[in-house]
Amino acid sequence: MLDARKSQVITAGDARAIVCDRPSVAGSVTQRACTFCGSRVVLYPIGDALHLVHGPVGCAAYTWDIRGALSSGMQLHRNSFNTDIRENEVIFGGEKKLARALRELIPIHKPKAAFVYATCLTGVIGDDVEAVCRGATAEFGIPVIPVQSEGFRGTKKHGYSAACAALAQLIDSGDTTGIGPFSVNILGDFNIAGEIWTIKSYLQRMGLEVVASMTGDGRVDDIRRAHGAKLNIVQCAGSMTSLAKMMQEKYGIPYVQVSFFGLEDCASALYEVAKHFADLAMLERTRALVREETAAVLPEMARLRKDLEGKVAALYVGGAFKAFSLVKALRQLGMRVAMAGTQTGAQQDYEHLKELCDADTILADDSNPLEMAAWLAARDVDLFIGGVKERPVAYKLGIGFCDHNHERKIGLAGFVGMAAFAREVHATVTSPIWKLVPRRQRPGCSNTEGTP
Amino acid sequence: MSQISLTPDPGLRTPDRRRPATTNTCRVCAPLGAVLAFRGLRGCVPLVHGSQGCATYIRRYLISHFREPMDVASTSFTESSTVFGGKSNLATAVANLRDQYAPEVVGLCTTCLAETIGEDTRGIIRDLAAADASLPRVIHVATPSFKGCQHKGFHDTVAAILAQVAQGGERLRQVNVLAGPVSPADLRHLREVLNALGLPAILFPDYSDTLDGPSLARYEPIPAGGVGLDEMARAGRSACTIQFGDTLEPGPGAVLEAAHGVPLVRLGLPIGVQASDAAFAALAEAAGVPLPESLAAERGRLVDAYVDGHKYVSQRRVAVVGDPDLAVALAGFAAEIGMVPVLVASGAATGRMAQALALRGVAGAEVLEDADHDGIGARIAALKPDLILGPSKSYPTARAQSIPLVRVGFPVHDRIGAGRILHLGYRGTQRLFDEVVNTLLANSQDTSETGYAYL
Ligand code: SF4
Ligand code: SF4
Repeated sequence: MLDARKSQVITAGDARAIVCDRPSVAGSVTQRACTFCGSRVVLYPIGDALHLVHGPVGCAAYTWDIRGALSSGMQLHRNSFNTDIRENEVIFGGEKKLARALRELIPIHKPKAAFVYATCLTGVIGDDVEAVCRGATAEFGIPVIPVQSEGFRGTKKHGYSAACAALAQLIDSGDTTGIGPFSVNILGDFNIAGEIWTIKSYLQRMGLEVVASMTGDGRVDDIRRAHGAKLNIVQCAGSMTSLAKMMQEKYGIPYVQVSFFGLEDCASALYEVAKHFADLAMLERTRALVREETAAVLPEMARLRKDLEGKVAALYVGGAFKAFSLVKALRQLGMRVAMAGTQTGAQQDYEHLKELCDADTILADDSNPLEMAAWLAARDVDLFIGGVKERPVAYKLGIGFCDHNHERKIGLAGFVGMAAFAREVHATVTSPIWKLVPRRQRPGCSNTEGTP
Repeated sequence: MSQISLTPDPGLRTPDRRRPATTNTCRVCAPLGAVLAFRGLRGCVPLVHGSQGCATYIRRYLISHFREPMDVASTSFTESSTVFGGKSNLATAVANLRDQYAPEVVGLCTTCLAETIGEDTRGIIRDLAAADASLPRVIHVATPSFKGCQHKGFHDTVAAILAQVAQGGERLRQVNVLAGPVSPADLRHLREVLNALGLPAILFPDYSDTLDGPSLARYEPIPAGGVGLDEMARAGRSACTIQFGDTLEPGPGAVLEAAHGVPLVRLGLPIGVQASDAAFAALAEAAGVPLPESLAAERGRLVDAYVDGHKYVSQRRVAVVGDPDLAVALAGFAAEIGMVPVLVASGAATGRMAQALALRGVAGAEVLEDADHDGIGARIAALKPDLILGPSKSYPTARAQSIPLVRVGFPVHDRIGAGRILHLGYRGTQRLFDEVVNTLLANSQDTSETGYAYL
């Protein structure tokens, strides 16, 4: 491991605190992307907005239809719109092309709003994206919102804030009449494989009205009236807490940070929401819901757990909140967690992970393939959970893998989602192919290397 | 959920390269092509100079196709590097790669950002090498994506490697084979053919092992395989360079011709009987031996299969989408078996596809260069071909128009086994032919009222 990275890796039992929240080391093969990536993933699911990437082809190409964020209506978000900056604009500036692109695309697609993402190149050639957006807003009568997402500005986290700032420009521009006292917004769920529909159905059964979902299955007009809701439910807290804080300050809307992944977390999320409204009937409905939903999945989970007991998992995810839920969910399945890493965790997140994990669990911030591969082999892991970039690290070593990122096609949120997660973990871990892979064909497995 | 078309009324629009906006690009960026080429060099770690998003996205995209480890490093620019330059980032990155990967060589390519702020990348590398002898060798290629896509990035990288590594000297009994951005299976097949001919050859870049490797007990920091620098150094002494790619003008092989007088033989990708005949004849001539029996037999079986299947493809209309050289070659194959290529489209802008198609004897097809999938989709909707030959990115169009898609080229990331797709030679053509015929048969069977279980 690089000396420069040693402070970013600890074990849960370590007294010292982890070092995190800093730029990646050059040459380290970080799994992180850029600011633009952070903004793009947060805003992406808004299906009736035009998402225009102002930059060269790659930034747009690599973010075309890459998330499983479903929409119940318009699917504009699944297209990749790009100003496709060429040499001419690099020399003479890209503002004119941007204006012409908006003029071409808005009349064709008739979006409810447009987001214009600045990238490294358009940042460095000094395009005034804001001015072009202002002009387009006036010209087309829809909000055309600049997203300050130049990749070099910082990590993915900066991109989250830039996306929240863009959303903040939409909020408070719609009519809030008719919004009742039992109303919420959902922040930080992206409707991967329809997850927000599951969550919404729970909230509705509790008697709540969902004003806006940000941004899974999101609609511009809903977001415009989001300031009329009485509570913000923030999941995936890393990406959207800044927006929730802003809404609290500006509109006095309180927020709760929750996770809908795993039975435990999902139940406490719903209870926390119900508690907030302090309505006895709602609390009763919530209890009934949790009872019913849990009862529906527990027998199957108990059956699956039998085969999973004692198996070892590792995880590397974007945000720390997902890591918390996964550690708990895996424990519910009888599995131990040998390593938990995140791209963007903060100091207090890792402290919380320390409490959740076993003393010898490796905690890693901004890790890379070489480090992860060493730990997976050394801890003789049965299952690795991550995203597409982590998958080949596991697969090359003949280790099971489950995608818990944006590209998955299986909904994992809610009680039903936990059952789906358990089924996928089970199908993966119990596959008979693992006995054929090289690491299982050698006598014994070293258990000492790779421990930091 | 009902099927919602991704773009409204595609018939409204005609593709026009002067359009200000690209919708659903048919290109990716130049450093991706560079990374692919660098993967064909032994002991090489690719390093992308610029902000780290580019490197991460390129990795993710390549992983989605090859499903193999793809360690690609970045110099991780910050806001201050864009102002003051990325020299110190580059120095740190190369030293860190040395410490983690112990590479024989670092393959450095540049992002749009690095190219725009006027980095003197070559100068920086020279200074680094002079200051610290422990650093690995760095091969550098400029890959601004605002000037070209992955196709240009790939070939420019091959040219850069040849220019920076190949040495002249006494001629050797060997040839260079520059196959282009083909699949690992294609490279493996070419290697087999070269072995059968007994022809010593530098087949470059060769990522057949690095991007299609076996299951391992230990993670290899750099996957085994690829052509070594020592071998590449001898490329300037080969008897000739055989270069595949219908639209290359003149292509990376010209570097060796200019610097070391290695004659360049330019051929189309060997897809189809006639194109494979030409390619294998050139190789056999270089080897000074007749075509091996095994290849002649493969050819015989392929022509026999053509006879068995010709009826089902004859006069059927096909649209071909992909990298320019692959698209042209596939259109030539389609014409050879009696199909009618109605559209040949690429995201690249070579300006030479029409001419290359004419040389393949393909007449009457509409040719789109520098096209996006929105524009291609609009033409497919209007032309209504019976079949699309293209990458996964053609799937939305295929689905919207209910036209079957045979997946070829890059990216194929909605199926497994992209690296195992064989396109080249009699064998690759055989595989393609069977799949084309069977796809058309399956389609008429599935949509027929009776659904016979025999032909
Ligand atoms: S900036 Fe250039 S190199 Fe980077 S992803 Fe975008 S197109 Fe590719
Ligand atoms: S150019 Fe910048 S914004 Fe685009 S992918 Fe690269 S780092 Fe991200």
